[in-house]
Amino acid sequence: MTYSMVDYADVQGLVRFGYGRMTSASYALVRVKNVAAAKAWLLAARVTDATEQRPPPTTALQIAFTAPGLTKLGLPDSVMEGFSREFRTGMSKDFRARLLGDVGRNAPEHWDWGGPGSEPHLLVMFFAEPEHFDSFVQSTRGNTWSDAFEEVVWLGTSNLDGDEPFSFRDGISQPQIDWDEQRQTPCTQLEYTNVVALGEFLLGYRNEYGKTTDRPLLDPDAANAELLSAVDTPAKKDLGRNGTYFVMRQLEQDVRGFWKFLYEQSGESLKEADQLGAKMVGRARAGDPLVPIQTEPIAGTDPQTSTQNQFTYDSDPVGAGCPFGAHIRRTNPRNSDFPERRLSALRKLIIMLGFGPKGFYDDLTSSVRFHRILRRGREYGSELPHEQALQPAPPNESPRGLHFICLNANISRQFEFLQNAWIMNTKFSAVSGESDPLLGNREAIPGCPVTGNFTIPGDGTLRQRVSGLPQFVTVRGGAYFFLPSLRALRYFARA
Amino acid sequence: MTPQGNFTILAPIVLSREAELRGLLASMNEAPGLVNPNNPLVPFAQFDTLHFARFVILDDKTVGDLRVYDLPIRTFPLYLVFLGDIDGEEEAFLNELVRRASSGLRAIFSCCHGFASDTDLMAWIKLLRSPASAVYVNTRGRTVRRIREEAALQDAIESHLASQASSLEGLPPREVHAQLKRFVEAEKSAGRLTLSDEEATPIGWWIRKMLHLICMPVLLLLASPLLILIAPFYLFQLRRLERTDPEPYVVVDDAHFETLAEAEDHDVTNPYSALGNLKPGRLRRVTLRGVLLVIDYATRHIIQPGRLGRVRSIHFAQWVLIRGTERLGFFSNYDGGNESYMDDFINKLGFGLNVFTSNGIGYPRTDWLLLGGSADERRFKEFQRRHTVLTQVWYKAYPGLTAVDLERNARIRRGLESSSISEQEAREWLALL
Repeated sequence: MTYSMVDYADVQGLVRFGYGRMTSASYALVRVKNVAAAKAWLLAARVTDATEQRPPPTTALQIAFTAPGLTKLGLPDSVMEGFSREFRTGMSKDFRARLLGDVGRNAPEHWDWGGPGSEPHLLVMFFAEPEHFDSFVQSTRGNTWSDAFEEVVWLGTSNLDGDEPFSFRDGISQPQIDWDEQRQTPCTQLEYTNVVALGEFLLGYRNEYGKTTDRPLLDPDAANAELLSAVDTPAKKDLGRNGTYFVMRQLEQDVRGFWKFLYEQSGESLKEADQLGAKMVGRARAGDPLVPIQTEPIAGTDPQTSTQNQFTYDSDPVGAGCPFGAHIRRTNPRNSDFPERRLSALRKLIIMLGFGPKGFYDDLTSSVRFHRILRRGREYGSELPHEQALQPAPPNESPRGLHFICLNANISRQFEFLQNAWIMNTKFSAVSGESDPLLGNREAIPGCPVTGNFTIPGDGTLRQRVSGLPQFVTVRGGAYFFLPSLRALRYFARA
Repeated sequence: MTPQGNFTILAPIVLSREAELRGLLASMNEAPGLVNPNNPLVPFAQFDTLHFARFVILDDKTVGDLRVYDLPIRTFPLYLVFLGDIDGEEEAFLNELVRRASSGLRAIFSCCHGFASDTDLMAWIKLLRSPASAVYVNTRGRTVRRIREEAALQDAIESHLASQASSLEGLPPREVHAQLKRFVEAEKSAGRLTLSDEEATPIGWWIRKMLHLICMPVLLLLASPLLILIAPFYLFQLRRLERTDPEPYVVVDDAHFETLAEAEDHDVTNPYSALGNLKPGRLRRVTLRGVLLVIDYATRHIIQPGRLGRVRSIHFAQWVLIRGTERLGFFSNYDGGNESYMDDFINKLGFGLNVFTSNGIGYPRTDWLLLGGSADERRFKEFQRRHTVLTQVWYKAYPGLTAVDLERNARIRRGLESSSISEQEAREWLALL
């Protein structure tokens, strides 16, 4: 019997679906102007849930809240305290900006939205098939929208057919959520798996540690009667259950600067520029990885994407195929809890006590299963095919980039760890003097004046080191949101 | 080989002068968490044998936790800790410290009990020494001088390769190695690079180490009949306590969290200063003492260079009992952010942390001292953050270098100095560059 513990009708659809067929999308970042009107609008809003519909819907509405937004709607501090610290205190704090690499040109003070003084309250997401989009937005906003909200910014998106603006195939690898909690979260996971515990992406369920994460638990009363009980504390009502934390960052991409740099570095050869770009990303532009696809399946890897996704770096311990610093190797090292795959209890003990592999590059990277995110971003700006990217920009060219969105139950262990320890870290996996080749901010840090290198390890030959990488990606805005369950959404609207 | 030593000075602060002391310590920083290495009070950069140093006011926000045992709250003196990790003997370093930083240290210690204008600084420091119960050294024998020389070596090769890499392209690994070896020899002859020979190991240190290596197991053997006899009672009691100890879940307050975070992540390495209160009862006290002996023995004789278990990101660590056994301080220097340090403590080194921290009030429940504990992620992370104390002043002699960087540079040097190198070794050596 297949039986799902999760009430999909209570979960916002974006957790389960990317709405790929709804190629038109916009994000409205708004502040609440009139609390009563905002609540009335929220109560009437027809938010799309995660149930499977036949025929599939042609439009979808999703709503997320920042901490100031929930406070504005009247959620008391005693409830707010239950949310995680990152969510409550926001993305743009000084120390957090340093942690996330949001310094220099990326600093929150330069952001278009989300920086100090311009925090939105709500994020309202509109998805639709193109022909339905305008009418959907209009009917959803309705008459009361402008009474209720003041728009901070209205972010449009564009459909680049699955490529990101640098012209690389994007979104190939996503974790597979263990919706039915079929997989026992193991003490030690010896094989890389793409199946990740439900509690990593949805609050109120067990995560990879077999525990739950921070979210508000309330004493039952009349106002919260509709909320579900907490799995681990049945006497409490779980405001977080079926909701999750939602990270959004507007990443502007200098597409012309990227290809110009690659072209110059490659002796003005388009073919070699392409190859260097592939080394930086870790995939060729069409999405093929730089290491061989393995024959044995990886749990949780969708058969449809297996030709581009059924691989680990076990066959490439020196980084000669895919550099250690390549974007996709940093963001998903595809490892497990131990540096060896099959091992006896004795061998495990030996490794734990530090008598395991002695190689310089051995066992440097944290186990990835605690650091997965579910990506739901969309591109913006017009398409610029990479062969045209070398031409000079027309005057007043409009910017392009990615509205990065990820879902995770523990912002500090998932998104922030990834961004801090893997993407921005100039010391990731024993490399030095380089951060992520795409996302790095190239800012000097004490003792490390150079952070703009990119190293392509050789196989028994001298490495190739590209230096002087410019900053290709600039953060233009960002905030932490809470994507509530439909029950929690109604609770906020009635609070 | 020059072994690494350490110093720990624990001075009770005169409460009426606490604010003044905080001001003095803050004046040594350019910003919170960013020391001025040439500050006039203690000009750290002048000490060639100093790896790390820190001043911490042991402001314990968790003494109230004793209430969970229905015990009266004890008041402890507010201590100032000044500790560091050095090359060579403590005595020699303290002499140099007093010689170079006398007036600054006098200003700082004048805010502490028992220090007057006519106090003999050296005698006072010796009186307030509080030797660590156990010390972790990432790689014994790696002196500040060696670290700097090897970093300069790596820099020189890096700049050389930046202009010469194309001429080495496609050459077999041993040929590249031979050419770079010639380059380094030429740099050395021209006086642009120095790679000093290792100094002789002090005979006294070596004898002490050997005696410790042998005597501890002998003592253990002699005591074993007694230990075997009491083991069942001990284990029974331990398991009972592990099941019944109160496990309060207290969330760290935002202000404390932010104070800590603001001082962190300025360098690739961070200081960690934590203070915990021991659970009441003789069993916990005995356990902690025993565990510290084991950690001390393991760090001195057993663990591999560069690796604390599987963790390669810790430079130095000290376990310090704060005047008695009621409180334990843990002070370490680790690479990366707090979240990744905690990731290591949960996923790689949980047993090593549980074994001593589980004797502290409020730690998540353990099984057999080693299991569980930090694996309860949420409780553990709040526990550790709550028990972290702000490190007021923190100095590192080699900004920008991680412990793995130091290992790389040492391996590069070793590869250059070995008389013969095989094809495989040459390939591995080349991968370090």
